[in-house]
Amino acid sequence: MMSETTTRQADHMTPALLAEADELVSHYPVSKRSASLPLLHLWQNHFGLVDDSGIEWIAARLDLTPVNILELVTFYPWFRREAAGRTIIRVCRTLACAMAGSYEVKEKFCEAVGLDPHAGQHGYGSAPPTTPDGKFSVEFVECLASCGSAPVALINDDLVENIKPSDAASIVARLQ
Amino acid sequence: MPSLLPPPHPKERRIIFENISRPGYAPDIETCLAHGGYESLRKALAMKPSEIVDAVKAANLRGRGGAGFPCGTKWGFIKYDDGKPHYIVVNGDESEPGTFKDRYILHQDPHQLIEGLVISAFATNTRLAYIYIRCEFPHAARIVGNAIQEARTKGFLGKNILGSGFDLDVYVHQGAGAYICGEETSLLESLEGKRPYPRIKPPYFPAVLGLYMKPTIVNNVETICHVKHIIRLGADEYAKMGAPGDGGTRTMCVSGDVVRPGIYEIPCGAVTFRELIFDVCGGLKPGRTLKAVIPGGSSAKVMRADEIYQIQVQGPDGAMVEKEIPMLDVVMDASTLQSVGTMIGSAGVIVMDDSRDMVWALNNLNRFYAHESCGQCTPCREGSRWMSKMTTRMLAGGTRPEDPQTLGNIADNIAGRTICAFGEACSWPTQSFLAKFPEEFEKSRAAAR
Repeated sequence: MMSETTTRQADHMTPALLAEADELVSHYPVSKRSASLPLLHLWQNHFGLVDDSGIEWIAARLDLTPVNILELVTFYPWFRREAAGRTIIRVCRTLACAMAGSYEVKEKFCEAVGLDPHAGQHGYGSAPPTTPDGKFSVEFVECLASCGSAPVALINDDLVENIKPSDAASIVARLQ
Repeated sequence: MPSLLPPPHPKERRIIFENISRPGYAPDIETCLAHGGYESLRKALAMKPSEIVDAVKAANLRGRGGAGFPCGTKWGFIKYDDGKPHYIVVNGDESEPGTFKDRYILHQDPHQLIEGLVISAFATNTRLAYIYIRCEFPHAARIVGNAIQEARTKGFLGKNILGSGFDLDVYVHQGAGAYICGEETSLLESLEGKRPYPRIKPPYFPAVLGLYMKPTIVNNVETICHVKHIIRLGADEYAKMGAPGDGGTRTMCVSGDVVRPGIYEIPCGAVTFRELIFDVCGGLKPGRTLKAVIPGGSSAKVMRADEIYQIQVQGPDGAMVEKEIPMLDVVMDASTLQSVGTMIGSAGVIVMDDSRDMVWALNNLNRFYAHESCGQCTPCREGSRWMSKMTTRMLAGGTRPEDPQTLGNIADNIAGRTICAFGEACSWPTQSFLAKFPEEFEKSRAAAR
């Protein structure tokens, strides 16, 4: 699914963002193409998603064609072409967390933010299920590498560990 | 991130986690220097590079990422003076279900990794290195990035390191949520800015045609940290801590149905499953009995608690004799686990008690592999999804009599028929769960869980 933006993100580049892009490209003296993922991260962290103009801008900056960047956005689960919530709750789905109750934890997070806990999984490039006010997204992700303190969730940049289903509502309340 | 490290159990010997265990230990360089940081680097820079490679070989260090390849042998494939650029890529894409050790090193002791990396680069004539960190560790990427800047300021990185004439640049590279990038050739494709489809071996052995088609070493975070301690302790003392052919300590990550899950750094081969589960980890939850253990990350073949293994052991006269060993008395080192048909892998030990449904557990892993298959090879792309669909249907009450045979047939037709080891990783769980717990796959189920 393509993003529906009325303005082109590339028209809103800032000098600071350009400087950061230059710095990232300088980390790859052998091949600029290596800076593809770093520039996609930079772009998505700044704009919240990657639109067509972003794909074209990154490709041009690295002397690539846009499909070289688009094929990364459609492969890697982290990148999206649609807006997600300001707070993204990524609950670990894999074995140790599931044994410790992560399915129930995810349901309780969905209920606490007002999302249907049984909505289907989204496809690559699209946003995870997001509340209409744009505040929250909740999704399952695969192993977050914290199985000793299961179940866990990555909430924006922060790992929350040993979550009880009954904790979900108070965690969400703190994030409001 | 609260620490999972209570005071060490008597069976533990903390080397990698020594600093991380210290109350108040912070990831900044002053704290590191106050605890002997970069002393091993000074020692290494006074050695010949070949002496360092020999020490890593003599230390019997095996890779800690999962495959368990001898580290010194891997380094030995790099010819010091071949006139080509060499690269080291540190694999911090920690994503194997059950594994959670590198997360602590990256967040809490980044200078241990950088020191090990500079030593490794000096030994292999490497001037440019990358630390690949999965993007689900955003704080780790910042912490390691800061640590690199600090090390540069102090002269441990950059030009003419500590006056040795040796130069090294190191950068952090973040992944983007794909498990396949933990496979070393996939990781290199990812680092080159491409879709991370694994490369076929031969010819694309990283030591020959690695990053940018140049000789490259890909090592796990913990493996590179061990190099520092081999230099600090000396190869002999380091090797002596472990088992034959499996030197040093290994960080065991224990999760699942034990009283005290967490990280335990134990000399290689120093504990049996019984000691690890019932002594070190405080046993099972009240009233429960042990059912199954996955010993080395989710890809390792599952072990059944009541199984008796036939193992070749050296008798008093030196000859090999066959011995019966109950599963719980199996020693947890690389070669013993291999001899019982599974692997130490990344030492991610997932413990399951008698409350667990093995079809449910397998289905969870099948969904993981179906999600993470990169799609390059048909048997894996299609087969991983078929297996996942089948176990999902079985759980929903739709078991058919031919299911166990069909499941096994799909798995058998993935393993060995793919470009990378993901094919084995996704079929071993199905093959082993079917072999060890056939009764659970044959019974019909009433309803979905």
